Amino acid sequence: MFGKLGLSAIPYHDPIVMGAVGGSILLAVVILALITYYRKWTILWKEWLTSVDHKRIGIMYIILALVMMLRGLSDAVMIRSQQALAAGMSHGFLPPDHFNQVFSAHGTIMIIFVAMPFMVGLMNIVIPLQIGARDVAFPFLNSVSLWLTTAAALLVMVSLGVGEFSKAGWSGYAPLTELKYSPGTGVDYWIWAFQIAGVGSLMTSINFLVTILKMRAPGMTLMRMPIFVWTVLCTAVLMVLSFPVLTAALAMLTLDRYLGMHFFTNALGGNMMMYTNLFWIWGHPEVYIVVLPAFGIFSEVVATFSGKPLFGYTSMVLATMAIMVLSFSVWLHHFFTMGASPNVNIFFGITTMIIAVPTGVKIFNWLFTMYRGRIRFTTPMFWTLGFIMTFTTGGMTGVLLASPPADFVLHNSLFLIAHFHTMLITGSLFGYLAGYAYWFPKSIGFTLNEKWGKRTFWSWLIGFCLAFIPLYVLGLMGMPRRMVHYDNLAWQPYLIIAAGGLALILIGVLCQTIQLVVSIKERHTARDLTGDPWDGRTLEWTTASPPAVYNFATTPEVHGIDAFTDMKEKGITYLKPDRYHDIHMPKNTAAGFVNGILSFIFGFAMVWYIWWLAAISALGMLVSVIIRSADDDTEYTVPAAEVERIENLHYRELATAAAMSRPTGE
Amino acid sequence: MNKKSDWVFIGLLSLCTAFFLGGCSDILLLNPKGPIGDAERFVIIASIALMLIVVIPVFIMVFLFPRKYRASNIKATYMPKWSRSGKIELVIWLVPTIIITVLGILIWNTTHRLDPYKPIDTGVKPINIEVVSLDWKWLFIYPDQNIAIVNELVFPANVPLSFRITSDTVMTSFFIPQLGSQIYAMAGMQTRLHLLADEPGVYAGQNQQLSGRGFADMNFKAIAVSREEYKAWVQKVKQSADKLDLARYEKIQKPSSDYPVSHFSSVKPDLFDYIMRKYNETMDMNPGAMNEESGSMHIKTGALEGS
Amino acid sequence: MITDTSTFNAVSSGEFEHPDTIENQAFGFWIYIMSDLVLFATIFATYAVLGHNYAGGPTGKDLFHLPYTFGETMLLLFSSATYGLSMLAMNKNRKDLVLRWLFVTFLLGLGFLAMEINEFHHMILDGNGPERSAFLSAFFTLVGTHGSHVAFGLIWMSVMMGQIIAKGLSAPVQSRLIRLSIFWHFLDVVWVGVFTIVYLMGVM
Repeated sequence: MFGKLGLSAIPYHDPIVMGAVGGSILLAVVILALITYYRKWTILWKEWLTSVDHKRIGIMYIILALVMMLRGLSDAVMIRSQQALAAGMSHGFLPPDHFNQVFSAHGTIMIIFVAMPFMVGLMNIVIPLQIGARDVAFPFLNSVSLWLTTAAALLVMVSLGVGEFSKAGWSGYAPLTELKYSPGTGVDYWIWAFQIAGVGSLMTSINFLVTILKMRAPGMTLMRMPIFVWTVLCTAVLMVLSFPVLTAALAMLTLDRYLGMHFFTNALGGNMMMYTNLFWIWGHPEVYIVVLPAFGIFSEVVATFSGKPLFGYTSMVLATMAIMVLSFSVWLHHFFTMGASPNVNIFFGITTMIIAVPTGVKIFNWLFTMYRGRIRFTTPMFWTLGFIMTFTTGGMTGVLLASPPADFVLHNSLFLIAHFHTMLITGSLFGYLAGYAYWFPKSIGFTLNEKWGKRTFWSWLIGFCLAFIPLYVLGLMGMPRRMVHYDNLAWQPYLIIAAGGLALILIGVLCQTIQLVVSIKERHTARDLTGDPWDGRTLEWTTASPPAVYNFATTPEVHGIDAFTDMKEKGITYLKPDRYHDIHMPKNTAAGFVNGILSFIFGFAMVWYIWWLAAISALGMLVSVIIRSADDDTEYTVPAAEVERIENLHYRELATAAAMSRPTGE
Repeated sequence: MNKKSDWVFIGLLSLCTAFFLGGCSDILLLNPKGPIGDAERFVIIASIALMLIVVIPVFIMVFLFPRKYRASNIKATYMPKWSRSGKIELVIWLVPTIIITVLGILIWNTTHRLDPYKPIDTGVKPINIEVVSLDWKWLFIYPDQNIAIVNELVFPANVPLSFRITSDTVMTSFFIPQLGSQIYAMAGMQTRLHLLADEPGVYAGQNQQLSGRGFADMNFKAIAVSREEYKAWVQKVKQSADKLDLARYEKIQKPSSDYPVSHFSSVKPDLFDYIMRKYNETMDMNPGAMNEESGSMHIKTGALEGS
Repeated sequence: MITDTSTFNAVSSGEFEHPDTIENQAFGFWIYIMSDLVLFATIFATYAVLGHNYAGGPTGKDLFHLPYTFGETMLLLFSSATYGLSMLAMNKNRKDLVLRWLFVTFLLGLGFLAMEINEFHHMILDGNGPERSAFLSAFFTLVGTHGSHVAFGLIWMSVMMGQIIAKGLSAPVQSRLIRLSIFWHFLDVVWVGVFTIVYLMGVM
């Protein structure tokens, strides 16, 4: 009746886990209670959970990312504390089975449930605004993507208290992930979380590809698009082409586990190396997926806060496209030590090095954007400068690892861990945090407190260095990754320092939380009246903050790169049209949310072998799609009079702001 | 950036220096004890040196430009329309490309020379060792001496070691950091590795690929000794009462951690092949066989006598 | 051609339907098809790598019956042709003909699927199921993934027949028929690949 599920699935005997579960449940109850107390259920349902508005969906994605980041960081705290303690005779406080789940969850969460949602959230908020569109191409699909991703995240969270998570690492190598060596529910949770989130990501990529290629404002040729749009376009291509490979690879592993097949098993003809290849054919493009939009954000930030157009726009576009294409040709560098012949290893080593060239070009282009500019040191600019310093160093270690002989001694060591964390944290995360600070006023309507923003930055930067420089050294000292305890006492001091670095990072997270609280408190004095708090260069800054539901009352006409700067120079900003027209917008719908819930139930049922429940929820998803397709009434009209009223409100705010002195940043 | 960032930078630089200085001999990869490790260290250092050609200018610019062109410095030139320069583009595409080309030549050369499958040719007859990774221990079979040991490797210094490696469990990675390259061990397949220690010593050996609960316990000592000591040690193992027949092997194969160092005075013939064939009766796939290179690495190892 | 919105004869349903929307839907669907192609390519690649790992079990030569597979292929190929006829009828706004040809397509597709399930059934009964060897795992998965896509197409087709009856050939209905057409022909193309690489080459 309930498959494998029973009361024994709850880890009563593990105090740490029960504490975490208890804390999470308590937090959830508090939040639900607050929503009830302030009577926000109706608004929550009508305006957020059922929303198909890209601006709202984007905000919800970012909330998901930030919440999951807390979980991912908790896992990091456990890893660092365990390793700081477990030297020599001491075995720390985490038994191996538990520790192995912790780092597997950490990796899975940070990549799939922090980096991806954060990135997709920013994409959602910004892209339609930057191209002068009213929404994305498929707003309903957008909502489905959001709730599938959320359902998958929930699956990972539930695995904490019901059953266990995977102990085989975020990359899930076979045959360790086969039923013989991982008989529990852990790998299944991991598989279904990945698969469900993967479908959501694929839909997002199709959505943004069509949006960017088909819905740009008139006059915005491809070579006049903001550079962030270019990076998102290339990212979408990467996603469309790489995610199906992951879907297929995980499906085959699922068939091995559920139906006894032999794709990646040790026996009866299975080939574990096939899994490794397929996983990384997705896995490598995936890391470019999470970093390219961050590069786009840095491009926007550097240009805006240097008061100059981005240096070398054309070569930036070419470099981005080069990275996109090349990222499919490097995957074997993740397993140089699997025994391929030298020629094979050399080929992939060289392609990996080649990809460093366009990346380097970008860094120089950012530097030359600053050259002979007028630089304002706002929080986003700080993140950018911190990124350039640290990412370049980390990139150097990447080119180093691209040499097969170097990799032969550094593979799977803490050197590798330090390298990819440098890329992901100082590259992707700093980029998203810069984007968060940069576009927060646009999205929410008031600017964030600068002082706390800078404190967040410094804590993260110094904390990152303290946490990861020791790991580079430890890799050179021969320490492998994923060690629950170790004999070599010489490693311990470095691990202790690394734990200290993480503590500083946590202070950074605290500063960011304080920033939000303080900014909300001060929101009335920090209101963004003009919609252009930074003297921006691109179209999103022409709208109100937050923009009206339809974004633009009249579709803008574009005449060059940096469309808004172009308008400012020609003195044609904020022009009132002769008349307004009715605007047709997509209606909110519960279908996306409902599908999300059904997908969670499906995933859970599959994990626990509750076949009847899996069948019903799958059927439910099919039925909801059919019902949705039968619905012809999916739009509503904003009457011209209403549009005029909304626009006039904004014109009044612009007038108010003009009466005050124009902010120039500092 | 302001003075604060200068201090941060100096602080971090000092930290890095302190790390590197304070524990030099512990940094195994920079203190290799064999020709493979030596060559790999060279690749690491040469790569870093070449890349500093790009990285140092970046660092200089990322400090200089924000300072000089900060908005409050109205004396600095402001060129709000300047965003293109063919000369700069040429340099920033060309210089990294040249560096990558040089690096590419370096890796072409060294990857061939350091192919794990390539025997180390010193004129000395190599010692054959068969490695089987288990849960969670290592089994070392010396087929020519008909002995086997669990969790300890003993061999003479200055003699090439020729490993055949497989697994009777999940994928693992056989690694002696101070001697050089690691390579994966996979069930049903054989990989090859060639190492050499050029001085006696006790070197750490480990598993570098997560393999389950006891993964962190898969440590072994790789002990390089003089030839006489090695001969004596082989004799000692041959005195052991334990024999590694099939029944004994199956006992060892069962999952367990912290297996004590054990000696076996005889081994079931072709045990290694038997273990491979468990997973692979008819399959002919063998990532090892593909590249037994005819050329070999000639190394000066100091005082070389015949074997 | 297929996505040329000027060939539309949209029956008004009172819904505001941008021509852009229909074009965007078709374009987006093509991109989805591209991603599905990558999915199949991955499974094909896996079949190529594992396809000779018989583990002492049967090979393609032992198991495949080319005449039978030829029969399946004919059913599927003809179903593509009849779907094409359905689309021609749609362009002429002939709702009755659209339904008729869709129904024929459905039957042909169902026939294909029945033959395939029958083949699988017998193989499993003989002990040559997907758990027998890597070759068989790859076979069942590649052919089975194609078959599941066909099954999904058939469900979609029935829903479309229902929608045509209920709403006529409205703009959204036509847009969906176009997308289903792309899907159905795509499955045909993939089958040609399966037939060649799995059956023909397996028997040689």
